[in-house]
Order: sequence, then structure tokens, then C-alpha cells
Amino acid sequence: MAGPSLLDSLFQRSLEDLIKGLRLYIGDESSFISKSLDEIRREIKSTDQQTKATALQKLTYLHSIYGIDMSWAAFHAIELSSSQSFNFKRIAYLAASLSFDPLTTDVILLLTHQLRKDLQSPNSHEVGLALHALYYISTPDLARDLTPEVFTLLNSNKGKTRKKAIAIILRLFELFPDSVRVCFKRLVENLENSDPAIVSAVVGVFCELACKEPKSYLPLAPEFYKILVHSRNNWLLIKVLKIFVKLAPLEPRLGKRLVEPICDHLKRTTAKSLAFECVRTIVSSFSEYESAVRVAVENIKEFLNEDDPNLRYLGLQALTIVASKHLWAVMENKDFVIKSLSDADVNIKLEALQLVLAMVSEDNVVDICKVLINYALKSDPEFCNEILGCILLTCSRNVYEIIVDFDWYVSLLGEMSRIPHCQKGEEIENQLVDIGMRVKDARPELVRVGRDLLIDPALLGNPFVHRILSAAAWVSGEYVRFSKNPPEIVEALLQPRTSLLASSIKAVYIQSAFKVLTFYLHYSISTKGVISPASQGVEDLMHGRVQENSQFVRPVADSDTESFEDMSVAHEWSSLTSLKVEPITEESIVNILDLVETTLGPLAGSHEVEILERSRNVLGLVELIREELPGYLVKREEDNDKGQRKTHEMIKLIAEAFSEELGPVSASSQERIPIPEGMELNQSLDDLDAICGDFGLHIPTSFSLGRSISSEKDDVTMSDRQSKEEVESTESTSLLAEHRKRHGLYYLQSQKKEMVYDDYPPANDIKTGDNADDEANDLIKLTEQSLFSKKKANQAKPRPVVVKLDDGDGPFITAKKVELKDDLVSGAVRDVLLGDEATTSLSRTKKSDKPSSKRRQDKLDKDKSSRPKEDSKSMENSELENANLRRSKCHSRGKEKKQRSTAIDRDEHEEGDKQKVSHHHGKHKSRQRADGALTLAAQSPVIPDFLL
Amino acid sequence: MIKGVILMNDKGKPRLVKFYDYHPAEKQQELIRRLYGVLSSRAENVSNFVKVDSLFGSDARLVYKTYATLHVLFIFDSSENELAMLDLMQVFVETMDRCFSNVRELDIVFNFNKVHAILDEIILGGQVLETSSSEMVKAVEEISKMERAANSIMAVPSITGWQGR
Repeated sequence: MAGPSLLDSLFQRSLEDLIKGLRLYIGDESSFISKSLDEIRREIKSTDQQTKATALQKLTYLHSIYGIDMSWAAFHAIELSSSQSFNFKRIAYLAASLSFDPLTTDVILLLTHQLRKDLQSPNSHEVGLALHALYYISTPDLARDLTPEVFTLLNSNKGKTRKKAIAIILRLFELFPDSVRVCFKRLVENLENSDPAIVSAVVGVFCELACKEPKSYLPLAPEFYKILVHSRNNWLLIKVLKIFVKLAPLEPRLGKRLVEPICDHLKRTTAKSLAFECVRTIVSSFSEYESAVRVAVENIKEFLNEDDPNLRYLGLQALTIVASKHLWAVMENKDFVIKSLSDADVNIKLEALQLVLAMVSEDNVVDICKVLINYALKSDPEFCNEILGCILLTCSRNVYEIIVDFDWYVSLLGEMSRIPHCQKGEEIENQLVDIGMRVKDARPELVRVGRDLLIDPALLGNPFVHRILSAAAWVSGEYVRFSKNPPEIVEALLQPRTSLLASSIKAVYIQSAFKVLTFYLHYSISTKGVISPASQGVEDLMHGRVQENSQFVRPVADSDTESFEDMSVAHEWSSLTSLKVEPITEESIVNILDLVETTLGPLAGSHEVEILERSRNVLGLVELIREELPGYLVKREEDNDKGQRKTHEMIKLIAEAFSEELGPVSASSQERIPIPEGMELNQSLDDLDAICGDFGLHIPTSFSLGRSISSEKDDVTMSDRQSKEEVESTESTSLLAEHRKRHGLYYLQSQKKEMVYDDYPPANDIKTGDNADDEANDLIKLTEQSLFSKKKANQAKPRPVVVKLDDGDGPFITAKKVELKDDLVSGAVRDVLLGDEATTSLSRTKKSDKPSSKRRQDKLDKDKSSRPKEDSKSMENSELENANLRRSKCHSRGKEKKQRSTAIDRDEHEEGDKQKVSHHHGKHKSRQRADGALTLAAQSPVIPDFLL
Repeated sequence: MIKGVILMNDKGKPRLVKFYDYHPAEKQQELIRRLYGVLSSRAENVSNFVKVDSLFGSDARLVYKTYATLHVLFIFDSSENELAMLDLMQVFVETMDRCFSNVRELDIVFNFNKVHAILDEIILGGQVLETSSSEMVKAVEEISKMERAANSIMAVPSITGWQGR
């Protein structure tokens, strides 16, 4: 051993030297630390305990404060723990408790013997050290081996030691549930100790246990009740209240008994902590007791008027709990709540915000939102977004339950988007699209708001708004018939700054431009023939068109009158837009086509498939029209009747495809489609990956192009799969549009019965297939019927129809069975409490009943088979004694006798007598027992009625 | 239960770290950094509670108080009362004050062991065991006495006894 020597010991640096050195060291601390670590590594091997202890202490310090790994030194700590010196032992145990990981430190078991020795030490401080260490490092093995020692300590005559043993019990129960059988009774006995500190420790343990599984501790309610009534120790009372909060939902009768003492404490106490706990208990668990809630709310008011922000914060928090059941309490404090919105304290502001939103109703939502938006404008970004998030959440709750005026709400959404700090893009996006689909009457306003957002080039510079712009673009495209000026929207959608958008959003923009363009062209050709070079008023031409419309085309399959409305697009448009539209001239069309071509031309080579495909679609259309452009709008002789030109047919068909109504889709609708026979849904698609290579993600796109109508069956398969994917997709907007385009009719509409249109070709094929003409001819035979059945938006209507899905709008949740984890601790507790019952009756009927006591002995022996035999014997004896004592106490409170059919009459008499003396609540007994029997029978037939 | 007690100075340097669940050293350092981040974002004269669910799991709360250059932090869950924790913190600081007669940050820096001893008297395994400051002082003094006694005994066989002073 050349390393550590006397010299090392002599010149060893103490912890103080180390700390001083660290404080004085200039430059990188880590180099100093690693130098010190080298020293420590040498010193810790020393045979001199002092040297070792100092080294370990330094290491522990570095570990605790600087996060230096010291797992390598675990063995040294164990070695030192056996030292005679209290000082060194303390250092060793501190090191162990701060650095050992019960899961990975494998030398822990070596401590078992030393811990046992120290737990039995006459020096209470040594016992304390061992208990502390045991808490941190105990493993299931350690817990099992040391349970007897801790059990003994539960009866220690030194209050301090007993307290610590009680506190450690929690860890033992958790790691070694069988210890419950040994220790539980003694733990309960400590509830009756005269030292409040000990009772407090026990109640603390029960508070933790009850948090995990309250039901098992219901039989102890009378004990806690006694504490609640008699104790004046605030710590204790707080914990007892916490326990009762857990027990109250399980036992409705508790409320009646508890409310009064709680209110008494509330009136009596001057301690804010206890007062707050009482308030919280009342409002969270006993809110059906009006008078108690009154008292609690009075107290909350006092809290709110304090200067201390802590109390105001907690007061508001309590008010939030009340709000759900007693809104009046919030209303009474309305002014304070509103004022708190501008408090300097974030906590208070957030609570106040919650409360303000709790007050929102149909009648005041407009005013409250106005107030909140004003606050949002003044607030820091974080709180601003908090406010916006809360508004969005509240207003959209239950499918916009509280919104009556959707025009207002839509413009509010638009307003929110313009708030500089707004980061709620995704939520606003979803709501804009959602409202568009659900609320028909809100669409004109949506389009107006969307237009205002789109034409503002400044917004494109703010990435947080991009999602909203995506929704605005989608809305403008989808509901373009409400637009006042389609060319303007095309321009907005194609403005140069859109290059700032992400490609997925850009794709939505292009797709929307496509829709708007189609609409515009469709409108222009549907009015052709009435336009003369002299350019008549648009009004005339609109009405002229009404007649023409009768020849228009409808798909046969669609019997839904609502969607016919779409064919009246142009008419609607004219009536909506106050007829300030410029007459459409060839020139204006040429301008738009030029614009489209110049902006989308470069994108036709884009690397983004979404963008590439969509821009090519648009360009294809433009090209088609260009061919026939000269004299495009002039009615030609050969065009009349059915001889319409091919491009016109095209445009009409595309416009029709686009004008299909889109409804919200229930997230579960996919599940309801019966799987067609012979379809394989779970087949591995790995082969496809190999074929498609890099384009794996875009399989749907590439497939839809190539498929033919004859392979309809396969199409269903694909569409099923796709729609599933797409419903889940986050880029819902763009995909939705794309999806609809492809499988318009497979897309389930919420209010229709489910139909599978097997014979209707997907809209996309129109362009590619030669059969487009034939189909068009078929379709032309149909007449438009709904032209005049169009409903006008009625402003006076109380609330527009909001489309809801039959099966709720929330995401589809598969009924997950909540698996009750078998809690070993509570299981053991129940065993002890109920086993107690069984044996009680037995031992009472025949005190000397040998077989039964033997059986019990056997059982316990089995439980503790791992323990040394003689040890367990002696313990059991004492335990039995205790148990007997305890039982006789139980009798005197007369709780469980009704349940026991084996109890003999003599006992009944005795019990009855004692009960009169010791329990003044006896008079309620029979009545409560009567109604109690039912509830308890439902919960668990074996739990005796302890509550009387 | 109480999940942890931390003393740190106003620059985020930890002075006492005690978690009642095992966290590896790096995780502890990370938690301390995050907590310091939380504290430094708080204005003065605001409430002392912060929700720290993101760091310590559901329901976790933090109560902190600043004494001169020192932040005292208690982290706890829903089975503790917020105001009671604030009181307990006061008791803890008072006890340190009595043990070191006018405690300063430096006292805590240099008395690593003793501060742990004080805290261990108050809390065991996340459970509050002692709330009386004088009881704590008594216990801590006993411990120091025993330590001194142990040291003087050790001074005879080993020369390092005097050296440590």
C-alpha cells in the first residue's frame, strides 16, 4: 500500500479547504474538481478512518452540489458505516442516502446487518441515522429483512424515534406489502397516542396511503373524525382534512357529520393554512351543503381582500373550485376577478382568467371576449396567448354551444389573428375550417374575413399566422361563391410573398386558387350569350342565367337538395355581392390567366409533390382555355343547345365537383363502414415502398392518377385506407380538399345515411378519361331543381344551425378498460382490517379456542416465512396481545357488531352498555345503519359499518 | 409528501439539495437549472407558488421564498398545504438562524453536514416530523455534541484529529 500514507493523512484537505479552494479558484471549476477527485480517490482507500471519512465527505459534497458521480464509492460508504464514531457513521449514512440508487447500487444489501444493528442501538440519534438511510436506500429485500426492527421501533418509548419509524413505514409498505400485516395494527394504535407529534406522523402516513387507494381506509374514518373534533393542532387537522377529501366521495354520509366540525374550525382558527384547507375541503368535497359553502365563500372573500398575493392567489384558486357548482360565488366577486386580470402576478392572472371564463354564457360572451381581447393586447406575449387559448377553448366548447352570433365570432377569430403575439394559429385554423363546414350561415362572413387576411401581404411575414392563412385560403376557395371579387382573391393567393409559406400551406393556396379560378370561369361561361360588346348590366345577365340554368347538369346519384343549391352559385353570387361586380370581359380573364401562368409556371417543376401536382392542374386548365380563348365569351351559333364547347363542359364539371358540400366527419365514421368482402386491410405494404421508393409518402396521389373506373373495388380499398390516413393527418385542410376531389362521394356526410356509391366515377377522372363527354351527356339530362329552394340567410334567426355529428364530436375513443392495478398495499390493508374482523369474532366467542388461534398462527407464520422463526414467534405474541387490546377497544365503540352473525348475546349486552357510555352518537345508529347497509353492500359487503 | 428541498443562491448555485425520491446526479442538476429558470422569471412581490407539474409530475407545486441572496425552495404534491409549507420553510430558516446565530449564505456553504442534520430533523422521507424550531435546535446541538465527543476520542489514535480543526 504505497498510495495513502501518513503523509496523505497529515496534509489531507478537509471539506472546508475544498470549499474554500473552489471559491477562490479562478477559471474552470471542473479542472479543480477533477484534481480534487483524484485526491479523493487516493484518500478514500486509506485505512485510516479519519482520512476515509473526510474523503467521503468531500465526495458527497461534490456529488450533491456539483453533480459529480460517486457511485464508484458506494462500498467505501458501507465500510465506513460500521465505524464506532458517530461522526463517521453520520458521514457514511449521509453519503449513502444522497447517492445510492436502490435500483442499481448492488452493494446495498451489504448494509443490512449494519442497519439492523443501528436500528437496535440505544442511541436515538444513531437509530435516526439508520432510519433516514433506510428510507433512501431501501430495496424490497432490505424492507423485508428490516421490517421486524422497524416494527419494534413503532413502540419505542422515545417519541422521536417512534415518529421516524412511523414515517418510514410508508416506504416499507410500498416495497414490501407483506409488512402491512405485521405493522398495520401498531400503526393504527399510534393514532391514539397522547403525543400530537406522533399522531401527526401517523396521519401523515395515512394521508399518503389514502391518496393511492382511499377505499381501504374508510373503516378508520371514526378515528380521523375524533381527531378532527378534538385536535387543535393545525398540522394534524390539515392532514386529516386531506384524508377526508379522499374518503368523502366513497361514503356520502360522511358529509353530514363532517361539515359542522369543519365549519367550526373555519370560524375558530386564526391560522390561514388551516382556514384555507377547510375552505378547500368544503368547496371540493362538500359543495352540496349550502350553508357551509356560504361560510367558505365568506372566507374566500377575506382571502381575496388580503394584501398578501399568496392569499389572493389561493382565494382565487378556491373560487375556481367553487365555480363549477356555485357560480354565484364567482359572480359576487366579479369585480375583483376582473381587476385581477391586470395583476402583476402571473399566477393570479391565470386564475382570474379561468374564473372570467367560468362566467361566460350565451348572453355575455361578446362583452367578455371584448374585455379579454383588450387585456390580451396589453399583456405580455405569454399571457396574451393564454387568454387567446382560453377564449378559443371556451367558445368552441360543445360545438360552439355558447355562440349565437357566428358572424361576430368569425370576425373575432380574424381579429385574434392580427394580434401581434398570437401563436394560436393552429387552433384558429381548425376553428375557421370547422365553422365553415358546420355553420352554413357563417360562410359569407368567413369568406370576408378570409379575404381580409389573404390580401394583407404583411401577415405573410409572420410564421405564426401561416396556419390561419391556410384556413383562410381554404375557406376562400371552398366558399368562393360568397366572394365579392374572385379575381382579387386569385391575386391574393398568388401574390409573390406566398413564397414565404411552408409547402403544405402553399399547396392549399394553389388548390384554392384553382377553385376560385374554376368558379370564376364557370360563372363567366354560364353568363355567356347575354354579354354583348355593349356590356349590359350584370343584373340583367344574372337573371337571364336563371333560365339557362335549367339545362345544367347534375349527377343522378345525388338526391340531396342542399347540394343543388351550389348550382345556383352565380345567382347567389349576384344577389350577395350587391351587384357591384365588373362585368366579366375577355380581357379580365386573360389577365387572370396570365397571372396564373406567370406565378405558377415556375412551380410546375417544384420538388414538392403537393405543389407540383396542384400547380400543374391549374396550368393544365389554363392551357386548355387558352386554346379557345379568342371569342371565348361570345356566344357562337354552333354552341347552342347541347353543342357546348369541350372546355365549357370541363369547367362545368370541375366546378360541380368543387361545389359538393363538405361536412364534418366523425372521427369514428371509418369504423362504421362495413369492410367489403375479400378486402385485406392488414396486408403489409412494404412491397409498395420498394416500388414507389422515395415517393412512399405520396402513394395516394400517384395511385389516383392511374386508376380506372373498372377497378372500382380496389378503389374502395384505397379510399378506405386513404380516408383513414387523412382523417388522422394534421394537414387536414389540404388533404381534405384533395381527398374530396378524389372520392367526393365516399366522403361521409354526417347527416346522410351511409351509402356507398359504387357506380359513380371519382371526379378526378373527368380530366383524364375520354369518357368524360359521355358522362357529361348523361348528366346534362338532369335538371337543376333547387334553384329556387335556396334559403336566404336570415339575420333575425336566433342561432344558425350548427352541424353536429350523431356520435359526438370528440375524437373517437375506443372504450379502454381501465385496468385496476392490484394495489398490494391496500390489498394487505384490507386483509388486515377485515381479517381482524373475522378473528375478532372468533376469539371473542371462545377466548380459549385453540384451533382458531392456531390457524391464525399458521397463517401469520406463512406470511412471515422469510423471517427468523423465533423472532416472528415473539412478535406475534406481542402482536396478538395488542390486537386483543385493540379489539376490546373496538367493542367499546360498538361498530361492527351488526355484521357479525356469530357474536353471542352476552357480548351484545356488554357492548351495548359500553357504547352508551363512550359513544354519544349512538342514537343515530339504527337509522344510519339502515341506509348505510345498502351503500356499503354495494361497495363491498364485508366492510363493516364503522361510521356510527 | 414533500418531494424536495433546495437552497440556492440568487445566481442559481445550489447550496443544499435534497430530493426525497432518487434522481441521478445529472437529473438533479438539470432540475435545479430548470427551477432556477422558473424562479428568475418571477417578478418580485408576487405569490410564492409555482406549478411545476412539468418537472415533477402531476400536482407538483413549488413554494419558494427569498432571504437576502438565498432562495429556499420546497417542492411538494397535493397532500401538503401550500401555506403550511410556507410556514415550515420559515421554521427551517429560523432554525438555521438559531443554529448559526444570524445565518448567512456562507454558513450554509461551509456547514454542509449541519444543514443536512437540521433538515433531517424536520423531514424524513418527505413527511414532516417536527415543526418546533426549539426541538430542532436541541436535536442538532445534541448531534454536534456527539460529533465533537467522537472527534476528541479519535484524536488520540489518529493525529489528524487536531488537523481537522
